[in-house]
Amino acid sequence: MARSNEPIFWSLFSAGGVVAAFFLPITIVITGILVPAGWLSAEELRELVSHPLTRLYLFVLISLPMFHWAHRFRYAAVDLGFKKHAGLLPVACYGTAVLATVVAVWFLLPQSAAV
Amino acid sequence: MSNDTPTKSKEYIRPMPANWWLTKRTYLLFMIRELTSVFVAAYAVFLLVLAIRRNDPEAFAALLSNPLLIALQVICLPMVVFHTVTWLNLTPKVLVVWRGEERVNPLLIAGAHYVAWAIISIVILSISCP
Repeated sequence: MARSNEPIFWSLFSAGGVVAAFFLPITIVITGILVPAGWLSAEELRELVSHPLTRLYLFVLISLPMFHWAHRFRYAAVDLGFKKHAGLLPVACYGTAVLATVVAVWFLLPQSAAV
Repeated sequence: MSNDTPTKSKEYIRPMPANWWLTKRTYLLFMIRELTSVFVAAYAVFLLVLAIRRNDPEAFAALLSNPLLIALQVICLPMVVFHTVTWLNLTPKVLVVWRGEERVNPLLIAGAHYVAWAIISIVILSISCP
């Protein structure tokens, strides 16, 4: 039987789906509604983001949902008619998720790395 | 039927119109569910940029007060909630729990996940807005 990467990507897809389902809605409410409405100031949120645990939270919330998108979108794009690109889509999608993960590791894990 | 090329016969591929997913309500809901992932990724990229700019107070505040970015987040919210609802509704299909001879009610399993979602949201909210 040919070896496949499918179980790895499916696991990341599934983990990203769980993380996105439980944590993304409330995070969007905070950054997209509560801060613009003035319930929480941008400065208070910025101090929170500087905390190591918050940066770890954001890292998980960025990396895993990107793999969730990559796995769903590569198949959805083919379903939508992009069959010609069926070979390129997984490379582009998983590649984008890997890139986002590397950037997140680089800028989020060390405190001083932000620009 | 004549065929000039004496090679293998060609596999018949049934033509699929590009708008197949608009032809039935269930297909449309399926495609919306799949495309919620685009909004999930877009918001993840926004979070990444926000986190990268955390040491620059002005740039950080500007990202949060940009009207276009606020509008995009307000659009993202219902799409991500749709992802959450479809994901949690599938949990009883993935987690089949047996108590002795009896299968635990699927509604109870999905319900437990909705309760967990509510608790997680309240905890995150109380941490960020004390």
